[in-house]
Amino acid sequence: MNVISEVTGRYVNLYEDNIDKISGISSPYINSFRKKAFEKFCELGIPTKKNEAYKYTNLNIFFDHDFNSYFLPDESDFIKAEEFRCDVANLDAHGIVLLNGFYPTITDKLRQLPSGVWIGSLNEAAVIFPDQIKKHYGKYANSESDGLIHLNTAMASDGVFVYVPEGVIQTKPVQVVNLVQSEEDMFSQHRNLIIVEKNAEFSIIICDHTLSPKKFLTNAVTEVFVGENSHFDIIRVQNEHNAACKITHTFIHQEKKSVTSSNNITLHGGLIRNSTYHYLGGEGAESYSYGLFLSDKWQHVDNFVNVDHAFPHCTSNQLFKGVLDDMSTGAFNGRILVRPDAQGTLAYQRNNNILLTDDAKMDTKPQLEIFADDVKCSHGATVGLIDNDALFYLQSRGINKRDARLMLMFGFAHEVIQNIKIEALRERMDNLVMQRLKGELSRCASCMVKCG
Amino acid sequence: MLIIKDLKATIEGKNILKGISLEIKPGEIHAIMGPNGSGKSTLAAVIAGREFVEVTEGTVTYFGRNLLEMAPEDRSKEGIFLGFQYPIEIPGVSMVNFMKTAVNEHRKYKGLESLSASDFLKMMREKKELVEIDSKLANRSVNEGFSGGEKKKNEIFQMAMLEPKLAILDETDSGLDIDALRIVANGVNKLKRPDNSFIIITHYQRLLDFIIPDVVHVLYDGRIVKTAGKELALELEEKGYDWIKKEVENKLAV
Repeated sequence: MNVISEVTGRYVNLYEDNIDKISGISSPYINSFRKKAFEKFCELGIPTKKNEAYKYTNLNIFFDHDFNSYFLPDESDFIKAEEFRCDVANLDAHGIVLLNGFYPTITDKLRQLPSGVWIGSLNEAAVIFPDQIKKHYGKYANSESDGLIHLNTAMASDGVFVYVPEGVIQTKPVQVVNLVQSEEDMFSQHRNLIIVEKNAEFSIIICDHTLSPKKFLTNAVTEVFVGENSHFDIIRVQNEHNAACKITHTFIHQEKKSVTSSNNITLHGGLIRNSTYHYLGGEGAESYSYGLFLSDKWQHVDNFVNVDHAFPHCTSNQLFKGVLDDMSTGAFNGRILVRPDAQGTLAYQRNNNILLTDDAKMDTKPQLEIFADDVKCSHGATVGLIDNDALFYLQSRGINKRDARLMLMFGFAHEVIQNIKIEALRERMDNLVMQRLKGELSRCASCMVKCG
Repeated sequence: MLIIKDLKATIEGKNILKGISLEIKPGEIHAIMGPNGSGKSTLAAVIAGREFVEVTEGTVTYFGRNLLEMAPEDRSKEGIFLGFQYPIEIPGVSMVNFMKTAVNEHRKYKGLESLSASDFLKMMREKKELVEIDSKLANRSVNEGFSGGEKKKNEIFQMAMLEPKLAILDETDSGLDIDALRIVANGVNKLKRPDNSFIIITHYQRLLDFIIPDVVHVLYDGRIVKTAGKELALELEEKGYDWIKKEVENKLAV
């Protein structure tokens, strides 16, 4: 039996204090995972810097805190969340609001879009779609080293559920707004499950926001199944205040000839850790993993990517960028695993970072493990200052130094943004990034939330 | 227009320019030739305002003003243009955005209003035709993935957009095939007016077959060692630089 550290102990207590209530409002199938996951969490604990995958991120800044409330919703909370509206100009999307990880409506917890796609509450879906839940829930999110994934399985009870039936092309994206609000410091966890059956198309936008100026810790797990020949895109936009810590774990399981992309845009947040796991589980699958963060003050942003080439002739591409100001810090860890059978693999990775001050710091670590011989693999990482030659080039055309710097930083960031396929969102992200680079408040213009 | 007097400059403490004097009048085309390492690009860098070159002595006067005190962007807005020997790739910044910002900065400086989007695109179209540049280049990021020739043509296009009074083309001909060379030269000739001037920096005579210079200077070891008419370029092409180097050494020996 491992000795449980003091920090881990806090969450063991939180589990023990709340597990009866959690189980009481959750479906039996989801409950059936809890005991084993809790044991695994006790064994692994909250990751420390000794864990290779968390080497550059000190979670204790947020985790070593007495979160005496673990959020479970009241009816009044739901009414508050209903009032929230995000409107990205011209973004035509089906909206879902999650409040502290819960699907905040009393009725209509699961609805069918005209195309035949089902969206709604995971907890509700566990009752209505038991076969789908049994087939996919808890099947992709797993780890032998990251205790946080197990903590989520042990305690989460709701989140977004999406079911895209075979052959359905859903052109309009679904937008999930994750609101975090509480009058006291709070820890919350949610769990999303997205099932895209074969020959289908689906895209989802997830926006993370904080609504009140308390200390928040969120630990979210998203599992995605993408069937044969299907296309799936996930875009995550993070705009939270400096006292918020967001940990996300996204597992994308792909069948053959499927194409997926993931794009994490971090505009603001105290401590952010995004782990994205791509499993290329069938011949000819393609995965594209993008990320961009802009950090300042004491913020820390860590992107962790794991691409698992398990079958032949798959393609993967990672592009992650960071712009770090003040004394902010960042980390990138990109792992590519090419298993012995995965002949004909193409796998690329690039990580570029700009440090705007002497105090900003970036750690970047490529990790390539290649066990097949017919493989094309490349990786590159840079951490540097603004390119003086490029700066002079712009100045020599009459653009002043300040604007030239902005233009270069914007161009640097745009290389990631341009991969967003939804035009209205791409334009909005360009605008937000520009505002953020100019040092203006980057909250969405029409949003009532004063983040940052 | 431009008067350079006894200009001396260093890069990281190393003497590169060792006393250059040069006057350029409106409407003139000056060619500056010379072997590698003679200081040609450094001279261009001083005029455009690169920070890594340190001017230690001498003056550069542009329309009566001390050019060396001006920021690079102000030099540009006052009509100086440098065509880069190695144009910089800037991923993520579109040519359209780049040129629109530059053109409007120039207009603002002159007290003119910014161009509307449609007027700007019309201007781009006209200039592209003028310098025979493939129109799809303008839809890409600045120089990103351009071939060597495309980059050089893009410099000429930018020159056409900004309509400088004094353009310095730093080895714009190097690495160009004969067709690209002709396009670059035609661009210069079309933009030539009685009131604007060019400094053409080149190794070879061949660009000067298309752009006829009024004056040819030979720069060697940080000094202008010979100045003559266009026939000097032909002589250099024929005989190389060795005879000039010898002349210089003989003079020094005396």
